Amino acid sequence: MTGEWATAFARVPELAREHLLVSFAAIGLALLLCAPLAVAAHRNRRFAAVALGLASLVQTIPGLALLALFFPVLLAVSTVLGEWVEPLGFLPALLALTLYALLPILRNAVTGLAGVDPAALEAAEGLGMTRWQKLRLVELPLALPTIVAGIRTAAVWTIGAATLATTIGQPSLGDLIFAGLQTQAWTLVLAGCAGSAALALSVDGAIALAQRGVERRQRLTGAIAGLMIAALAAFALWPQAHDNRPQVTIGAKGFSEQYILARLIGLRLERAGYAVDYRDNLGSGVLHAAVASGQVDIGVDYAGTLWTNELKRSDRQPREAMIAGIAAWMQGAGGARLIGPLGFENAYAFAVTRATAERLSLGDLHDLARAAPMMTLGTDPEFLERPEWRAVDAAYGMGFAGTRSLSPGFMYDALASNEADVITAYTSDGRVAADRLVLLADPEGAIPSYDALLVAHVDAAGDAGVRQVLDGLIGAIDVRTMAEANHMVDRVADKRSIGEAAAWLDAQIRAQEGAE
Amino acid sequence: MTADAAHRPPAIRFERLLCSHGAQPVLGPIDLAIARGSFVALVGASGSGKSTLIRSITHLHVPEAGRVEVDGIDVVSSDIAKLRRRIGYVFQSVGLFPHMDIAANIGIGARIGGDRLAIGRVEELLALVGLDPSFATRLPASLSGGQAQRVGVARALALEPAIMLMDEPFGALDPVTRDRLAREVRSLHDRLGLTTLMVTHDMAEALLIADRILVLDAGQIVADAPPAKLIANPGHPAAEALVAVPRAQAAAIAALAGPRT
Repeated sequence: MTGEWATAFARVPELAREHLLVSFAAIGLALLLCAPLAVAAHRNRRFAAVALGLASLVQTIPGLALLALFFPVLLAVSTVLGEWVEPLGFLPALLALTLYALLPILRNAVTGLAGVDPAALEAAEGLGMTRWQKLRLVELPLALPTIVAGIRTAAVWTIGAATLATTIGQPSLGDLIFAGLQTQAWTLVLAGCAGSAALALSVDGAIALAQRGVERRQRLTGAIAGLMIAALAAFALWPQAHDNRPQVTIGAKGFSEQYILARLIGLRLERAGYAVDYRDNLGSGVLHAAVASGQVDIGVDYAGTLWTNELKRSDRQPREAMIAGIAAWMQGAGGARLIGPLGFENAYAFAVTRATAERLSLGDLHDLARAAPMMTLGTDPEFLERPEWRAVDAAYGMGFAGTRSLSPGFMYDALASNEADVITAYTSDGRVAADRLVLLADPEGAIPSYDALLVAHVDAAGDAGVRQVLDGLIGAIDVRTMAEANHMVDRVADKRSIGEAAAWLDAQIRAQEGAE
Repeated sequence: MTADAAHRPPAIRFERLLCSHGAQPVLGPIDLAIARGSFVALVGASGSGKSTLIRSITHLHVPEAGRVEVDGIDVVSSDIAKLRRRIGYVFQSVGLFPHMDIAANIGIGARIGGDRLAIGRVEELLALVGLDPSFATRLPASLSGGQAQRVGVARALALEPAIMLMDEPFGALDPVTRDRLAREVRSLHDRLGLTTLMVTHDMAEALLIADRILVLDAGQIVADAPPAKLIANPGHPAAEALVAVPRAQAAAIAALAGPRT
């Protein structure tokens, strides 16, 4: 447990720095945009209605979806404007968070300006102020408390929503939260949440203090607030220790196996003299696009996923033919290159308890189809929508008595407590072995191969040092070893951190290399 | 009126002035000249158009038709912001800026003209309206209604205007404060040689401090006379109604006081 805490806290300063940087940039950009918008909205009621309506509309989009939407949008923009428009990382996070911050700032500015005492406005006009003088000398100062309240709301929202930016490749304290939720490592979740809350509270407090300093003309209060904000900004902008080692970025989707493999690759690259950083929790399609565009150098993908989602193929092929097809397709489309299979599969497999298998004499999916009318299927929320299920149903004709949609972590519990009789397990999941489940064979080959494939951007693939490290991993991990590493971080008792599991996996591979 | 003044244009002149609120005509046509140095009271019931008339001078209300001249120059052809800074304006709602101290409020006209009002001048103006120099650093929220309006008058006088426009300046004050302030304003008018146009709904106040009273009714000037003439012969029913109130009050009070003397 102490090791886990140490790993969690070691990453906090750097993640907090990135978190604060993207949040500050978004709040700053939102302020720049809101200034003219608020003045225009103040002077034109119809414009105000339209601007506030649009800002509210943005707010109704869930934060996670808004961030995700910027990926395809910026991908399209980058094909027109060139590669400097990066569809992953800082830019999409900045734009999404800026849009999110607009509403509270704009709404409060418009409300504040509209609420200025009409007597003061009449006097301002009667005394001969121009429109700008009236705005600067009377309207803005009197609306300031309301405007600042809006900025504070926006700051707290933005810093909170920045935890979600991790899903589009912008590191933030959300990295800890997502990884912690996935592996049920609550210390990580706590570290991420507490860090994010501390940032939000200090920024909010600094702005509140600055406002008090200005309103009560307290120079000292103002100076302290200014120092606080300057210190936070300096922390966010602090130049990172320049690393002379060549830099490699490793991407990972949002589950245990991906985190472990990314750390394993990173561990080995660092040993070979590279500096490594990670982009965790990327969506499945996002990871591939990121490798293809070169924003991520290396990632692990799965044959069946690429086959269906990227090659758009629905035909069934033997695994060697699939892998060869994927390699050929990558050569022809974009900058991703297939390095090779890692040696194990993470496929969907129908799993039952040993007792069920014996009682109903289940060995393969034909047997399961026979028994299906008496059984309840427990499965993750997406399986029944996937082509694999349609293929299985077409090949075997599955008519289950009922189905139950469960989050992957709870599927195994449902099987143990007899709430489901059969589940769609993952072949490299440690719980399959731990719970001594029986995986049913697929003689018709309906479920495609899900070989774990090492994929790299063409530049990284061409780097001799990187290539040597990656080649050393080809065929090096069997499904039993991967399952055990996965189990180390997923289990409740004697839980290990992702880094520890990666180090263990590395040691296994080295022992094997030594034996050869 | 001196011989010299007779050759100069009136301080304010209205020519065929028409005003409306939206499609609703509320005032005019008005033809009127306000002589330099005079203290003119504009009296009428609510909705008679008296506020619209005074506001039209500096285009706080933009007229529908006709023209307004200040010192013989058409308001349309002058820089409105500059014109407003040249004219003292006192509002019924006072309109002190709550985030500025009294010195900053008094100096605001100079500030928007790109200038600064010396603290000595601020104290001079405070003295002029009967306030202690210590008021300079206070905030408007700490002032009574009467004190606030004294600051309002000081602010209007800060740039030494020749013309003072006062829109119900004492409307929100208690009768004692109101009476004292009205008399002080009249004496300032005389000492500084101002031309003053004051809107009020209080005929007694108008009768006691103005040189000339204009009665407005339904957007028309229905009476235009010095106080003594107006009280003797109001002429129009609306003017008669307005004059009847202070006349009856005076008589009633005299009757109450009579037996004792």
